[in-house]
Amino acid sequence: MKNLLRLLVLLMCAGSLPAHAALKVLATTPDWGALTTELGGERVNVYVATTALQDVHRVEAKPSLVARARSADLVVATGAELEVGWLPVLIQESGNSRIQPGAAGYFEATSALKLLEVPTKFDRAMGDIHPQGNPHVQLDPHNIAAVAHALTAKLSALEPAQAAYYAARGKDFDARWTAAISRWESKAAPLKGASVVIMHRDQAYLCHWLGLNEVASIEPKPGVPPTASYLGQLVTKLSGTPPKLILLNAYNDAKPANWLASRVHAPAVVLPFSVGGSPQAKDLFGLFDDTLNKLLAAK
Amino acid sequence: MSSFRLRPALLALVILPAVAGAADDVSGLRAELQALKSDYTARVDALEARIRDLEAASAVPAPEPAQPEVPAKSPAGASAFNPAISLVLGGSYTATERNPDDWTIAGFPPSGGEVGPGERSFNLGESELTFSANIDPYFAGVLTAAITGENEIEVEEAFVRTTALPDGFTGKVGRFFSGFGYLNEVHAHAWDFADQPLAYQAMFGGQSRQDGVQVKWLAPTEVFLEFGAEAGAGDSYPATRGAGNGLNAVALFAHVGGDVGDNTSWRAGLSWLDSEAEDREGGIADASGAALFETFTGNARTWVVDGVLKWAPSPRRQLKVQGEYLRREESGEIADGSGVLIADDYRGTQSGWYLQSVYQFAPRWRVGARYDSLDSGTPRYTLAPDGLLSSNPDRVSLMLDWNPSEFSRLRAQYDFDDARDDGTGLKDGDRVLRLQYLYGIGAHGAHKY
Repeated sequence: MKNLLRLLVLLMCAGSLPAHAALKVLATTPDWGALTTELGGERVNVYVATTALQDVHRVEAKPSLVARARSADLVVATGAELEVGWLPVLIQESGNSRIQPGAAGYFEATSALKLLEVPTKFDRAMGDIHPQGNPHVQLDPHNIAAVAHALTAKLSALEPAQAAYYAARGKDFDARWTAAISRWESKAAPLKGASVVIMHRDQAYLCHWLGLNEVASIEPKPGVPPTASYLGQLVTKLSGTPPKLILLNAYNDAKPANWLASRVHAPAVVLPFSVGGSPQAKDLFGLFDDTLNKLLAAK
Repeated sequence: MSSFRLRPALLALVILPAVAGAADDVSGLRAELQALKSDYTARVDALEARIRDLEAASAVPAPEPAQPEVPAKSPAGASAFNPAISLVLGGSYTATERNPDDWTIAGFPPSGGEVGPGERSFNLGESELTFSANIDPYFAGVLTAAITGENEIEVEEAFVRTTALPDGFTGKVGRFFSGFGYLNEVHAHAWDFADQPLAYQAMFGGQSRQDGVQVKWLAPTEVFLEFGAEAGAGDSYPATRGAGNGLNAVALFAHVGGDVGDNTSWRAGLSWLDSEAEDREGGIADASGAALFETFTGNARTWVVDGVLKWAPSPRRQLKVQGEYLRREESGEIADGSGVLIADDYRGTQSGWYLQSVYQFAPRWRVGARYDSLDSGTPRYTLAPDGLLSSNPDRVSLMLDWNPSEFSRLRAQYDFDDARDDGTGLKDGDRVLRLQYLYGIGAHGAHKY
């Protein structure tokens, strides 16, 4: 009986001590989830809305996500309309005023970045174009560093009393990340200028960072799957000068890339694309380690 | 780099006082000069160190600018606050075995809405025009107007919802699709079949709208748990707008949902609607085709149980299974066409359900099947004629659609329709083929679960 009473008192106390509760964060992708965990440590409780094997363009505002959004103190999204098909509904249905766009608990990674491929013409005849630029920013580690700075500032703003904690973690991450970038960049030097065929525009930042020479795209237009005749044209175009590599992501349909690989005699490399996209890509460091290892092994 | 130019200037400053000092008392000033010299040397050293630091820093890539550069065109002036606009264009080609003009659901009074396969041949569907934007930090507004093939503009939804209520509350006021069940809130362009299930057609005239208010509360739990309450004037079948100040349509609903693993999600719900009708037109006929009554005044209570399950094993494949069961009890007075009371103890119980499944088997292709079933029950009242029969209309629908992109859909649907009235309250067979197109332009809409 005494124990039961003690438990009850403990439970009641636990309910009345929100100051010790971790910040509840809803991250739209595994990469932002991993970054928030790096920066927030035990002060954040991160729930990731998608997995690396899902296409973030085509996620649904599932009840489980609405429930998570309801209690979230912070939403960490990519922005630039990547999540336009589901995040607005999620936020709308959540009944949570803290995470509405413009509120303190809403963060977009792309707000800290200069995006590539900002279109000057907006026409859906061009496929799935994003008016604010290419939103698939996570495969350039310099982007991760810039987002980390902005996210540290956001976490500190949400919990001013913990600003020193977040600043210290941010500094620590920055040091480890900067060291990792120079390691990756020297390791990836042999890849510079290598000709690659990409699947979708979501590999553009990787190519930009490593200086890969993008010679063709398996999707004729962003978001438009290839037809047999288009793939035939690609074979004709590429057989004279076959590319070094054909890149695809863990979540992509491997069939067109493998078909092309067998015709133009170039290896198709499946990259993790996001944290969790391969067994080795356990965190952000693993994501880049594994991406480079796979590229270098295939080259 | 301009820091480099500072260096000769500073050196000059060091030398000039030294030259000027030599003309005066040399021995007295030597110590002072020495002090000045060492001071400037220290400063120059410090500046050189800073220059080295700056050079080292500029070798490392500068952090990205805090704000993205403004895209080529950013809206300015009065148009900067224009709402998001989207437009859905739709239409169909319909072929039926029998003339659909007198199509009614066997055993059910006409619900006044979109019932049956519609007209034959090519038909322009509703063009859905939606405007939406935040109003201020507290409210957002939405208008969906349907421009019909008959050249009419109908306000489908026009409501304001809250964005800043605390603790999981959201409110809506205006005209909106009632939140009961699963399919009632879904706009026509997002349906998985070309039409609503028979249960919705028979019991709500397709979709039930409220002119009223809605409050929803989402529980702060990891499991999705939502409660809602609505009150409206009752413009939508089975209610009617009353002569008084009353709220003729009240709805209460609860939804629960969650995930099973990474690939499966589900939602289930229970709803209750209380509708008041005053002189509602539309009765039912006996086996000879003669009307038993023409108007109804009274109360209708409807229960709806709904469930949906989605399984997405890959980004290119998805299975969706959904079903709903609806049951209504009506009690009140019935009268004939001239308003003469026939009975004041009328009772009727009607029910219906559907189960449907849609499978996306390739990135652009989906196939689906739906089964509809209804039970009209038999009306019970004093002096009701003997031998009234209940009717059990049913229907099987098969669907195939092709989606070249997120914004376009072409669909074929074939119905084995055993629901249409044969003129005596009993069901009769028909076959319906529908070829439908749906296209969306403008703002990218986000769909509910």
